[in-house]
Amino acid sequence: MSQMWGIVPLPVVGHSSNRLTLLARPDWDFIAMKRYSVFAIAREAARYHTGWERAWAARAPKKKYDVIIVGAGGHGLATAYYLGRNHGIRNVAVLEKGWLGGGNTGRNTTIIRSNYLQDPSAAIYEKSRSLYETLSQDLNYNVMFSPRGVMMLAQTHHEVRGYQRTAHANALQGVATEYISPQRVKELCPIIDIDGPRYPVLGALWQPRGGTARHDAVAWGYARACSDMGMDIIQQCEVTAVRQSGSKVTGVSTTKGEIDCDKLGIVVAGHSGVLADMAGFRLPIESVALQALVSEPIKPCMDVVVMANTVHGYMSQSDKGEMVIGGGADGYNNYTQRGSFHHIEETVRALIETFPMISRLKMLRQWGGIVDMTGDRSPILSKTPLEGCFINCGWGTGGFKAIPGSGWGMAELMAKGASPLTDAFTLDRFREGRFIDESVAAGVAH
Amino acid sequence: MLILTCPYCGVAADETELTPGGEAHLTRETVGADDAAFEGYLFKRENPKGVHFERWRHAYGCGKWFHAARCTVTLEVFGTYPAQTTEPPKDIRDKITAKRPGWSWRDFG
Repeated sequence: MSQMWGIVPLPVVGHSSNRLTLLARPDWDFIAMKRYSVFAIAREAARYHTGWERAWAARAPKKKYDVIIVGAGGHGLATAYYLGRNHGIRNVAVLEKGWLGGGNTGRNTTIIRSNYLQDPSAAIYEKSRSLYETLSQDLNYNVMFSPRGVMMLAQTHHEVRGYQRTAHANALQGVATEYISPQRVKELCPIIDIDGPRYPVLGALWQPRGGTARHDAVAWGYARACSDMGMDIIQQCEVTAVRQSGSKVTGVSTTKGEIDCDKLGIVVAGHSGVLADMAGFRLPIESVALQALVSEPIKPCMDVVVMANTVHGYMSQSDKGEMVIGGGADGYNNYTQRGSFHHIEETVRALIETFPMISRLKMLRQWGGIVDMTGDRSPILSKTPLEGCFINCGWGTGGFKAIPGSGWGMAELMAKGASPLTDAFTLDRFREGRFIDESVAAGVAH
Repeated sequence: MLILTCPYCGVAADETELTPGGEAHLTRETVGADDAAFEGYLFKRENPKGVHFERWRHAYGCGKWFHAARCTVTLEVFGTYPAQTTEPPKDIRDKITAKRPGWSWRDFG
């Protein structure tokens, strides 16, 4: 790799395989911010790291924007980014009530996969997964995408049939997955006990190009790229009302004053119901807490992501060595960002059965995020009854993996009024009975 | 850890002894309902950040369905009451008003 640095003018931190794509980018011209590169590291090291500029600008809100996005999490920032990059709409503000990426973007277990059953889901999740492949290069920010492979264990005969069906559906959709044997599971992940007493491993749905990424970096990378395009990212600015004239949106009231806009995008995950209430419509959504926890760091012991949905637990190992563990969601509405304690016990119990070697592992941290669940467990990317107001919500327990694809589709929807990625995910699909039923098919631990 | 007192058997039950049943006081739309009303009954839900009324079943106890008034942010329980009612009883509403002045939830409050 080192000899390449002599001939490639602007290398980026991250993977090395896509430099030509980077150089051929048509939107090269709007990169005004200093690029991150090995030369930048050397340059700044030589002056004792005094020259690094802020990753994104902190600006006061203007009076009016073409588009306001509420929510500076991954989905909101990705929407803003693709509005600018794909559609040339750069007079955009992204408003955030807390800090950037401090909601579910910073609280998930960073799993990326696209092995869904239904065609509309496979389309948007696979778009997303494929965008992750080159996201570090596209953003000039290392999001640490690690396509280490994701396996979803089949531990009941129902799951075996379900995952075989999904593998066939994925083959038709062009999503590379495979149904694998217990022996292959053991090869890929030696620490699994495949002969567990309650739920032996009967096989698995394996997606070799699934994996993980650094969740904070995804938000930071998009934020930096948005700021670089001249967009305003305004933190600690809570929306308190959605202003409208007739049936059209005119702006928002915030803790930093009134801001006008032509179009409004609500991209706030767990708080979608609260914002929808301000905008004057109801959603088919209920918010619950979903928990995750991480262990003390240990030596590398597992280089794939394993999801065990029958027993409600999933685990991967972070680059720091921590085992990152996700569990079940609460059964009742709440906004606690904490979650019920008994879920931890259930999750840990299940994982110890599957991975006996972790039984003495100490847990370092536990936290919760508020996930917004729809009736069919699929998201909503849609126009709303309020003209000019769009909503992107309902990602439930699996939004992180969808960030780039969701932003891509949402931006197209907001710019053009329709997008092939989002057409099936409308708000009126519930009334019309066009469900995208992933609640059982995806086998996700809800 | 959420603890609700079953209004039938009086047991202070931990949430692991209970089954959550979703939003309370829904109007069961049926034959003759228009599309919007039926959609509302099937899918649209109150999702308040604050006061909420819910159905619960004392599944590992007396087995009865009851209602609970609860804050979804603090998990404070304002009270539980039998399910044979179409709206929250006055004493529960008064208790909520004392603790959360100006609250509202659908048509109650």
